[in-house]
Amino acid sequence: MTALDIRQKAWSAALIVLFFVAWELFCLMTGMSDLVLPRPSQVFVTLFERFPVLWPHIIQTLATTMFGFVLGVALGVVLGAFIGVSKTAYDTAYPLLIGFSSIPKVAVVPIFVLWFGSGTVPAVLTALSICFFPIVVNIATGLATTEPELEDVLKALGASKFDILWNVGLPRTMPFFFASLKVAISYAFVGAVLSETVASNRGIGNVMMTASSNFNVPLVFAGLFVLAGLGVALYVVFSLIEGQVTGWATRKNDVIAT
Amino acid sequence: MRMQANSEFSGEPVPSGSAPIAVELSDASVTFGRGARAVPALSTTTLRIADGEFVALVGPSGCGKSTILRLVSGLVQPSTGVVIVGGREVAARAMRVGMAFQNPTMLPWMTIERNIMLPLKIVEPFRSQFRRLRKSQFRDKANALLEQVGLKGFGGRFPWQLSGGMLQRANLCRALIHEPRLLLLDEPFGALDQFTREELWSILQGLWMTHKPTVLLVTHDLREAGFLASRICVMSARPGRILDDSHVGFARPRTVAMTFEPDFVALNQKLRAMIVDARSAVQEGAV
Repeated sequence: MTALDIRQKAWSAALIVLFFVAWELFCLMTGMSDLVLPRPSQVFVTLFERFPVLWPHIIQTLATTMFGFVLGVALGVVLGAFIGVSKTAYDTAYPLLIGFSSIPKVAVVPIFVLWFGSGTVPAVLTALSICFFPIVVNIATGLATTEPELEDVLKALGASKFDILWNVGLPRTMPFFFASLKVAISYAFVGAVLSETVASNRGIGNVMMTASSNFNVPLVFAGLFVLAGLGVALYVVFSLIEGQVTGWATRKNDVIAT
Repeated sequence: MRMQANSEFSGEPVPSGSAPIAVELSDASVTFGRGARAVPALSTTTLRIADGEFVALVGPSGCGKSTILRLVSGLVQPSTGVVIVGGREVAARAMRVGMAFQNPTMLPWMTIERNIMLPLKIVEPFRSQFRRLRKSQFRDKANALLEQVGLKGFGGRFPWQLSGGMLQRANLCRALIHEPRLLLLDEPFGALDQFTREELWSILQGLWMTHKPTVLLVTHDLREAGFLASRICVMSARPGRILDDSHVGFARPRTVAMTFEPDFVALNQKLRAMIVDARSAVQEGAV
């Protein structure tokens, strides 16, 4: 890590601290009621005190997110590979996929509840339905952008469609795939919390709904902080995996001169 | 104006009569599309290439040179006529073909060495051996080829670490790793600067002289054709047909200096005149 990187990171951290300090000062100076906007210090205290109660809900939210995410990835990879292999399939299926993806997923939750009752199942399904789309698009695009010349070289060698898919197509989609995982995990998380908020008696989303109806505003904000923390953590984990697996796609500057 | 086919050119003729025929196009033509939108790409063409011959195809752009290459490789089926490669009808695959294009298309996630070894993962008998024990033997083979093209020690690099000329050398290695009997080259040096190109001519000549595959080279560069080929076919504008078929008998190994000698320049002039004719014929026809 260079000195420049470290300075960049220091500035980012400073901005976050500054944000909370400004918020705290704003509340203190305006004498803001904690029923409207609690001070961050209050929120952190609440978070710490109520953590044992929050913990099972955190686990619940994480579990539904991951479950929906894994199913979404599996479905997305299969669909994406299917669509990406053939140009015709790509063009044919694309409008339907766009149509499906543009439905606001809040609107789907009541239907899932109607079918499966409230609780974990609709949360998983919402997470799945919201996160599989970026995977499909990225896998399909990665496969569709294989260089025709290379395909010719391999075909002339007698390579089967599967040989080309295995040796060229799939590895080529990896950077697209991992980039989409990063997006998809965030989406899945949003989907799970959304569904918990609307129809569940467990999970962080539900904790926040209950707390807000009891006017326990610091707890609502504590829930928000937990969500932010989890969201960032998931994003970081998948960014790290992406960097490990597809380092070749991010070019470095040590190119050898001619 | 129709050129006389099979005219002999300066120097000793290549003994093509004795070697077996490696590639044979008999009255082969190619038309893309159907009905009103049909585009003729290649007129009825007959072409025989002997085993171990180095044939260059030159002609105006879009004249169907690449189509011949794709016919021979089996990527395109002839609309009429037959294409026989290695004694079988369009079964180039059975004969082990090596191909290289202008774009080196190295896979960015593999080292040069592994890129070069890619054909071995696909072509039998290497394919089944690859899974078993011979990986290190294959690696030696790749590195021996790399050494031959002047890329010794670059096997562990990634494609983006190499210049265009280096990638094109690696591309030649990939086309040769599975010991093809037929090498198909489609303007392999088209994107390179002149000095790199001349250097690669010598390398390709060296590779051809050691491995002796049959080579079919498509090029726009007449000096390149004269330097490398033992036979040059000039094609007409689209839909292409072969206007002229000359043997090039300059002694090997040929040198870049040789390309400035009178005999060579005369050959160049002759080829150039034919292509200019072929081009203007189309333009008149279009008016």
